[in-house]
Amino acid sequence: MSSVDALRNHSQNIKDAYEKHRLRKRLFIIALIPVVIVLIGLAVAFGSADISFADVYKTLFRKLIPGLANAANAGNSEIIIWKLRLPRIIMGVLAGIALGSAGATMQVVLKNPLADPYMLGISSAAGFGASLAIILGVGVLGGSYLIIGNAFIFSVLSSGLILAISGRRGASPESMVLTGLALLFFFQAMTTIIQYFGDSEAVKAAVFWTVGDLGKADWNKISITAPIVFVGEILLIWKSGDLNIMNTGDASAKSLGINVQGTRIFTMVVCTIMVAGIVSFTGTIGFIGLVAPHLVRMIIGNDNRILVPAAGLVGAVLLVLADTIARTIMSPVILPVGAVTAFLGVPLFIYLIMKKNGGLS
Amino acid sequence: MRVKVEDLYFSYPGKDVLKGINLDLKETDIVCVLGPNGSGKSTLVKCIEGLQPPQSGNIIFDGTNSSKLSRIEIARLIGYVPQSSSQLFSASVFDTVMMGRKPHYSWRCSDDDIDIVADVLEQMGLANLSMNEYNCLSGGQQQRVLIARALAQQPELLLLDEPTSALDIAHQLEVMEIIHNSVHKRGIGVLMVIHDLNLASRYADKIIMMKDGIVFACGAPEEIFTKENIEEVYGVEANIFSHEGILSVIPVRRSDAKLVPESLGIF
Repeated sequence: MSSVDALRNHSQNIKDAYEKHRLRKRLFIIALIPVVIVLIGLAVAFGSADISFADVYKTLFRKLIPGLANAANAGNSEIIIWKLRLPRIIMGVLAGIALGSAGATMQVVLKNPLADPYMLGISSAAGFGASLAIILGVGVLGGSYLIIGNAFIFSVLSSGLILAISGRRGASPESMVLTGLALLFFFQAMTTIIQYFGDSEAVKAAVFWTVGDLGKADWNKISITAPIVFVGEILLIWKSGDLNIMNTGDASAKSLGINVQGTRIFTMVVCTIMVAGIVSFTGTIGFIGLVAPHLVRMIIGNDNRILVPAAGLVGAVLLVLADTIARTIMSPVILPVGAVTAFLGVPLFIYLIMKKNGGLS
Repeated sequence: MRVKVEDLYFSYPGKDVLKGINLDLKETDIVCVLGPNGSGKSTLVKCIEGLQPPQSGNIIFDGTNSSKLSRIEIARLIGYVPQSSSQLFSASVFDTVMMGRKPHYSWRCSDDDIDIVADVLEQMGLANLSMNEYNCLSGGQQQRVLIARALAQQPELLLLDEPTSALDIAHQLEVMEIIHNSVHKRGIGVLMVIHDLNLASRYADKIIMMKDGIVFACGAPEEIFTKENIEEVYGVEANIFSHEGILSVIPVRRSDAKLVPESLGIF
């Protein structure tokens, strides 16, 4: 065999290894999709009222194919499934996707393995907006969207302010994180002041609002969040290849033709709108955005083209699981899912750190 | 690619770094930029690469002013090898080298891109490491991956910022040989910042010696490496020997050695 043939053979081996590696990463994503779908069914079936797994999908088919709807009589279980449980679980899936993907993106963009979607002060700003609405009744939008509108507008405002301030310093990750921290304390202080002067029932309601909970979900709200999450997810996946290159350092990324500052600001804006869209409907659900990306990193590595969507799907799985536990563990009392994700997230996170023994690389 | 630098000025707030640089680099030369710390070597490389916008002056690639080129267009012409590049979240070696193809594809790499990367990995002796994590490699291996990435970029000019500074002598020679061979095989030009005078004299076709933001001397190694130049630029007395046609520079002492208090015990 000539040396040229040997060389060709050898680089064929490299290519085969790479293709295998790539296939494995894709299979991981493809396998996650049915897992999420089955989990939705299981989660709907679980709960205080007895509903079978088959009932869930029967109801789904009846609702999704309108021709069958007239023929069938809407039973009790169908109402529970369609009006109560399914919106809650779909909202959980959307929140999990948004938090997981935004978390993965922000860890790379802010160059911080501990970054999570609330790093830019979104949760405290949303909490302030909600408190303003609940305690003082002041809001931008009226009616049933008073609280949600306030939470959304203040969280977007907070992130906008951070981008504007840090943009003057070249939009460096350090300046973003530090300005975010400053605004977080600012909004917390403002919230405390409002609560200090508020009526105790209203303060209780405001505090309850900030603890993440899926119980407020309904189909109207999902029709607003679903498009935000869907579009945001596509934009993040679109930029995920650039994130891979930005992970090697700003100078390297610029030399490979990436608009580093532009990409950083663009992805931050997308993450903000996605997460604000979720937080204003559910309150702060912690740990999903931190744990889901790291879980995926451990399984299939750090390629953002896979990591960003996979962290979203794993986030959905974790959040729906946590919510099922929240609904059933002290049944008939339903715990807020935000409390359960912390219970699940903390041991999982410590386990991940211990297993890595040294450095989240 | 012919690179011309005309009257280049660059300053950081409060400090002038480049004070009127003029250069004319031919297509397939290995050009080494030498000079003491703070003389503006790295800044010059960053200006040519477009990482730092110069205050005034022109950088011209084959007759086109670089300020008229987009980042992607520059990335297709110039491969840049930083001193070191750390990854917060480690990618595989293959994926890291594949990043060099980014200026040539928009969202997804093609089979051709995979072929190019596999060939470069093979040539750089990285075949066995291709599925390893970049962060788990040694400094010398990482340097080779960064050079492989720049070669996968298929540039016309390779810019390197101290590619050998973190390496032991075996790896220094290896990296220089790789650069030397790829230049002659691929017909690309090289401009590198380097501190090691002996490596420079052995591999460079042309030496640019910088001092205080200007080009102090420019020419073939045997013209540049003289006792007078070394003393003038580095303030170091040196002996220069010629062995098998290659100059080697042996530093003897600092010219201002008397000024260093003996109590410090440096010399």
